[in-house]
Amino acid sequence: MTTSCPECESSVTLGATPRISEILECGDCASELEVVSLNPTTVALAPNVEEDWGE
Amino acid sequence: MNAPVAVLASRLRADEKRILDAFDRRGVTYEYLDARTLWRTLQGPPERRWSVVLNREIGFARAAGAARMLEAAGVPVLNSAQAIEVCGDKYRTSVALHEAGLPTPRTALALTPEAALDALDEIGYPAVLKPLNGSWGRLVSRLTDRETAETVLEHVAALPSPAAHVIYVQEFIPTGDRDVRAVVVGGEVLGATYRRGAGWRTNVARGASTEPCPLTPELAKAAVAAARCVGADIAGVDLLEDGQGGWLVLEVNAGVEFSGFHRVHGESTSVADRIVDLTMARAEE
Repeated sequence: MTTSCPECESSVTLGATPRISEILECGDCASELEVVSLNPTTVALAPNVEEDWGE
Repeated sequence: MNAPVAVLASRLRADEKRILDAFDRRGVTYEYLDARTLWRTLQGPPERRWSVVLNREIGFARAAGAARMLEAAGVPVLNSAQAIEVCGDKYRTSVALHEAGLPTPRTALALTPEAALDALDEIGYPAVLKPLNGSWGRLVSRLTDRETAETVLEHVAALPSPAAHVIYVQEFIPTGDRDVRAVVVGGEVLGATYRRGAGWRTNVARGASTEPCPLTPELAKAAVAAARCVGADIAGVDLLEDGQGGWLVLEVNAGVEFSGFHRVHGESTSVADRIVDLTMARAEE
C-alpha cells in the first residue's frame, strides 16, 4: 500500500494494515508522517516534538 | 460482559504498535482513543464505555489530564493519574523513593537559582541539574564546578517561567557512562538492560546503546520497590550501580518506552504482552 508524502510528493509505502496515528518516515525527504485517515489511507506531517513529550 | 478496554495515545510509535498487535493476536476488542480529541464534562454520568484505559499518551500534560478526567468518570487508568504525576515530577519521585527507604543519589530542591548555588556547595561537584518535569535527558546539565554552575544558573534565571527557577540538583554518580533500565509490569521485573551513552547521558532517546544486564535479586527488589512506591503498575526504573554492589534509584518512568529493551531481549520477553496481560486482568476486576 502506498500514499503520497505531503512534503515532497514522493511515494510512501505503508504496512499491510496501517493504523490511525501511526508514525512513519518518508524515504525520500525523511519527513515524519502520521496516518490521519484510512480508506483511503492518507498521511500528514506529524506534529513536532513538544516540550513535555517523553517517558 | 465487561466493556472493552481502550488504548489512549496520539502517536503510535513502535511500542504502541507492539501493544496493539498483542491485543490483535488475542482477538481482544479494544478501542483506540486519540488523546487529542478527548474531552468530558465533569458533571456527566459515570463513563461505562471502557472497563479500563491503557494510557500511552506521549505528552505529560495530556497523559496526566486524561488520567484525571477518566478516573473522575470512574474509569480505571493504567498508569493511574497519581503515578503519572509523581513520576512526571523528579522531586516528587525522589521524595517517594526516599520515604520508601530506597537509596538514591543526594538530591536537593532549591527555590531560586541563587539558592541552588548554596545547595550545590553542600552537594559538591560534579553535580547534575535537571528540569523538574523533563524527559529524554533534555536540558540535563552536568556541573563540573562552581563556575560552570554559575553560568548555567544564570541562563536558568533568564528563563521566563517561574517554575523553571525551581531547581533540582543531584550528586553526580560516576558509573562509566552507563546506567540500568529495569522494566516492571504488574509488580514483576521483566528484565533489565544497561544503557550506554556516547556522552554521560544514557537516554535511549539520545542514541544510547543497550546491552543485557543480569537481573540479580537485589536489582529486581529495588526496581519493584521503586515502581511500587510511586504507584506505577507499568514502569521503567532507572538505576545506577553504587560501586559497592548495591543500587541507587534515579527515577521511575510511567510512560515506559521499551524499544531498547526489545533490541536486547527480543520477543522472548514481550513487554507488550505483559502490558496487555495486566490490562486485561484489570478489566476483569
